Amino acid sequence: MSGLGKLGGRAWLVTAAALLVLLMVNAVLQPNFLEPSVIQSNLTTFLPLVLVAIGQTYVILGGDIDLSVGAIVALVNVVTVTVIAALGGEGTAVIVGLLVGMGVGAGSGLVNGLIIAGLRFQPIVTTFATSIVFSGLALWVLPQAGMPVPEPYWRTYAGTILGVPTVYVIYLLAFLLAAFLAARPFMIRLKAVGGLRTAAFQTGLDLGRLRVSAFALSGLYAAFASLCLTGETASGDPLMGQTLAMSAISAVVLGGTALAGGVGGALGSVLGAWVVGMIGSVIFFAGLPFEYQTLVQGLIILAALAGGVLVTRR
Amino acid sequence: MNRFADHAKNPLLISSIAILALLVIGELVSPGFARGDQIVRLLTVSAILGIAAAGQNLVILGGREGIDLSIGAVISLGAVIAGNVMNGSNAAIPLAFAAACCAGFLIGVVNGLGVTYLRIPPLVMTLGMMGVIQGGLVVLSRGVPSGNAAPALMAFVSRSAFLGIPGILFVWAAIIALMALVLKRTRFGWSIYAIGSNENAAVLTGLPARRIRVLLYGLAGLFGGFTGVCVIGYTGNSFISVGDQYVLPSVIAVVIGGTSLSGGAGSYTGTALGAIALILLQSVLTTLNLEFWGRQVIFGVTLLLLMLLYGRQARLRV
Repeated sequence: MSGLGKLGGRAWLVTAAALLVLLMVNAVLQPNFLEPSVIQSNLTTFLPLVLVAIGQTYVILGGDIDLSVGAIVALVNVVTVTVIAALGGEGTAVIVGLLVGMGVGAGSGLVNGLIIAGLRFQPIVTTFATSIVFSGLALWVLPQAGMPVPEPYWRTYAGTILGVPTVYVIYLLAFLLAAFLAARPFMIRLKAVGGLRTAAFQTGLDLGRLRVSAFALSGLYAAFASLCLTGETASGDPLMGQTLAMSAISAVVLGGTALAGGVGGALGSVLGAWVVGMIGSVIFFAGLPFEYQTLVQGLIILAALAGGVLVTRR
Repeated sequence: MNRFADHAKNPLLISSIAILALLVIGELVSPGFARGDQIVRLLTVSAILGIAAAGQNLVILGGREGIDLSIGAVISLGAVIAGNVMNGSNAAIPLAFAAACCAGFLIGVVNGLGVTYLRIPPLVMTLGMMGVIQGGLVVLSRGVPSGNAAPALMAFVSRSAFLGIPGILFVWAAIIALMALVLKRTRFGWSIYAIGSNENAAVLTGLPARRIRVLLYGLAGLFGGFTGVCVIGYTGNSFISVGDQYVLPSVIAVVIGGTSLSGGAGSYTGTALGAIALILLQSVLTTLNLEFWGRQVIFGVTLLLLMLLYGRQARLRV
């Protein structure tokens, strides 16, 4: 067990080092990079990916994978804006909308988990199929992009709560929830499920319950991400978040969580998500010709993924 | 051995029943759906997905969580390369096929080297590769559609070559026969099942598991490049995301065709039937006068139901 712990720790350090290098490069390229407002704007941009990546971590730790998070983000977004609009757009309507959105996210994750763990379906193909269903439902709720959210919603998101920028409050709450979960027996059991599933089953762990919880958490964190994106775009969009699933998997792997399950943690995924975000930022400010930016970004991410795997390899 | 035969037989039967049922439903909903020329058109669309799924099938059979998510980007690359090589000229078609297949094969080999020698999980390696190829395509094409299909290539995909059947279907039939022959009757085919079901045992019997797996990824890329050329023959010109729509459907075709995602069991004949069933399902849903969202929901739910029949994992035992 200590061996596994050490491996996880090393991958975490590598990602942190990569992040440090990226920060320094970015600070050189972008003169006002360290101004508080720029820091806040960068962290705001990365927040949805950070949240989705934290949720994805639990699923991957349990030895599964969730490709449907992008579709869940879209579904939560359209349901939330529709509920808020239907209830008149006042303060209580916003709160009800947020709660319904979180419920939809956790519920979608629950459906994934019940199908995969309960009926013994393959996670990759199943979450692809459910993502088709979720995007279909999103288009049913809101066929076209539009339907603005009321001003207090996006003003609060861009503003402050008790003097602290709202985005930082969300980061803090997300960290607290992740830290709370990390300290629970849940985390050790989930890692056991992902690490050696048969052995975990034979020691009497309730595998189904743990895997379903992981999927529900992934759905819930996707809902958080969606509500943040809604704060940024201030409107409904049934096609929101389509690339998030793949970026989140990269972030989780960069953060040192083994795709095979059993090793890793949510904090690493946060660093991984920041690295993915910073790579895009560095390339943008490096002044590369536009058409080379995607290629360089792809190469760096592939190299980082390969490097991370190589360093943690036994 | 008997149990394996039972496993392999069932999916073929179920896919065939699903295909017949879908044809009947289609004919009932919109008379003329199951007419000869309509079926040929549906088979042509299935052939494109089916050829892409051949590559996917090989890497999945080879085990170790084999999967190729870069296949869509390879298809796009193949289409863009072929379009630019041909630029409307019939004489350049063989060169277009050669260039697209070579490019695909090389990318596949890189995937395979990463997966075997660097031990990067296939999902991560091919996901990363997808990003790299997409970036490369932006550089190659500068973001604007470029290159045209030659008239003879478009005829190969959509016009009758013999008895109303386009050439691509003969090619697909040949690929199905060849895959069945290679997988069931050759040393190479058996060694794929061997490394897919128990790699340690395979290595101990002297099989070069790593080299075989690199070759499988190479072949997946080759099939991807070939599919790309067929795609540009079907659409007429290429844009850089033309292949994206094939990534997960190619995996689904393999799964509903009865190949286990954990490797070592399944057949390409099943995958071909899976591809036909998938395309038929989409087509039936299009003819049902439904709104887009309804089609999406029914499509997703039907996929889940198909998996319920045989895409399930083994129960854990004490």
